Amino acid sequence: MAGVTNSVASHTANHVASGVPSSSRHRDYQASPATREAPWVRYTLLTIALGFFTLFLLMPLFAVFTEALRKGWGVYFAALVEPDALSAMRLTLLAAAIAVPLNLVFGVSAAWAIAKFEFRGKQFLITLIDLPFSVSPVVAGLIYVLVFGAQGWFGSWFGDHDIRIIFAVPGIVLATIFVTFPFIARELIPLMEAQGRDEEEAATVLGASGWQTFWRVTLPNVKWGLLYGVILCNARAMGEFGAVSVVSGHIRGLTNTLPLHVEILYNEYNFAAAFAVASLLALLALITLALKTYVEWRQTATLSPESREQAT
Amino acid sequence: MLNNRLLLIASTTLMLAAPATRTSAAETTLLNVSYDVSRELYKDINPAFASYWKAKTGDSVTINQSHGGSSKQAGAVIAGLEADVITMNQSPDIDILVERGGLVAADWKKRLPYNAAPYTTTTVFLVRKGNPQGIKDWGDLTRPGLQVIVPNPKTSGNGRYTYLAAWGYALQKVGAGNTANGEKFAREFVTKLFANVPVLDGGGRGATTTFTQRGIGDVLVTFENEAALLAEEVGGGQFDVIYPSVSIEAAAPVAVVDKRGTRKAATAYLEFLFSPAAQDIIAKHHFRPRDPAVLKKYVSQFPPIKTFTVEDRLGGWKAVQQTHFADGGIYDQIIVR
Repeated sequence: MAGVTNSVASHTANHVASGVPSSSRHRDYQASPATREAPWVRYTLLTIALGFFTLFLLMPLFAVFTEALRKGWGVYFAALVEPDALSAMRLTLLAAAIAVPLNLVFGVSAAWAIAKFEFRGKQFLITLIDLPFSVSPVVAGLIYVLVFGAQGWFGSWFGDHDIRIIFAVPGIVLATIFVTFPFIARELIPLMEAQGRDEEEAATVLGASGWQTFWRVTLPNVKWGLLYGVILCNARAMGEFGAVSVVSGHIRGLTNTLPLHVEILYNEYNFAAAFAVASLLALLALITLALKTYVEWRQTATLSPESREQAT
Repeated sequence: MLNNRLLLIASTTLMLAAPATRTSAAETTLLNVSYDVSRELYKDINPAFASYWKAKTGDSVTINQSHGGSSKQAGAVIAGLEADVITMNQSPDIDILVERGGLVAADWKKRLPYNAAPYTTTTVFLVRKGNPQGIKDWGDLTRPGLQVIVPNPKTSGNGRYTYLAAWGYALQKVGAGNTANGEKFAREFVTKLFANVPVLDGGGRGATTTFTQRGIGDVLVTFENEAALLAEEVGGGQFDVIYPSVSIEAAAPVAVVDKRGTRKAATAYLEFLFSPAAQDIIAKHHFRPRDPAVLKKYVSQFPPIKTFTVEDRLGGWKAVQQTHFADGGIYDQIIVR
């Protein structure tokens, strides 16, 4: 996931750096005999890529919906409006609603600090931001159990004050925040670095305050990248399984998120219902994909030199 | 700037955590933390108890369920999962709550009838329809090339019983008088058996889905109730249950978690498990009930099988725990090999 995010960001950054609109460059590449591949090479590559795509991405997606509807729409909707499923939806939405805004604030401030300022320990901070990507989600969950669990470092203090973190909603929210930590920052850092500090410096010279510069110069320049990060962050927050599974306690109706609810239903031989709930998550993925494509398109459009010239 | 932001995030997170403190509900809520394959049972027991409790006291009670590999579940309770009752499949998973944190009273076995175990089950084999591999007894499971599905004995009582049943079978094979040889033979026997296990799932239900849904393995070794559920109800006639010549009696112990303030309802819930009404539900779910009258009613469901217990053949749970399942114990040694 990280690789994808980074490559997209650097890809858009390249357009800015080279100053060539992507479409015209694309045409040159195809037209030149030196860079054009023989038709059979092109078609073979296309067939392999599309075949792989169909087998590993489309078929599972198709299977989820087929299995979900195997016993008809009645069973499908019954599985979705069942109290435990509704409570899982509520919890998933709540966790995302807390984790995403917090990571938004964190991501923007971290990216801003890293891209626009020089300070000691900058590399260390970048490494820290990447930590949730490199740590297994299960380990992430166990960390919280070790810290906040009844036998953990702060467990007895929280126990004495009747505050529950692990095996309750706060633990799930914390775990979600942890695993979605890098998404927004990682999206913004390369983008902001590519844009450089020129515009901010100009704004400062013209008398803008720090906040004014941030709101009117920095933020508008990265808004599509930011939205892209938020969408990815949200998708992961709602889909997270490993870390949440460790801290959840699996109390149905209370601490089950949608992915955990799917597992429980599946383990109870309730396959139609499991796939019905899974189809919700698949639907979320499709919506995410559509939004992502739209945002990417807008991002490229905003960053291409023509539109920038029009804007100024 | 950044530091301030981080501080802000940290404090916001803590503030968010605060409202989640337990508010005393108008009605009692009990959390039953249980092992993996008891979910269907308690789904039926819970409403029965709720109506019994309502009729008796006029109070409503809601019972929440949490299921997983039994030792993993015990670990979660130790780490703070707020169980009111725990219903496990082996006593070590309750004993550990006595030892760590004093969550359960040391005399928990004496507080309820039958050593606080409302039902027993035993370890049997589930094979694919028609038994293509001709599996009849424990000895067949060590055949080279056979794939045996067993849940992980480290995290699941179900897997532990399988290991111990195989061990007990091997001891019996050598003969009671021959202790030294028995140990050696049992060790080789169990090593061969576990060498045939391609995947160790965390809990009994995970092992079942590996065998039935993913189609891995020639035989699933699991509890009688789980095997019967598969063979007779959800398996769609694709499986047969095989009873070995001898197996282990797996008593399912239950206990109240004392620390919680729900002692009265929690105790009543566990006592209810021994009542004829609950025993009937238990038998319907293919667990062997304690109540003689109920057992008689469902006798056709439970073919006679010779069983031994951990206490009478293997020297009790404490010894078993130390020699077999402690870190570096015999189980670890045979798995590493």
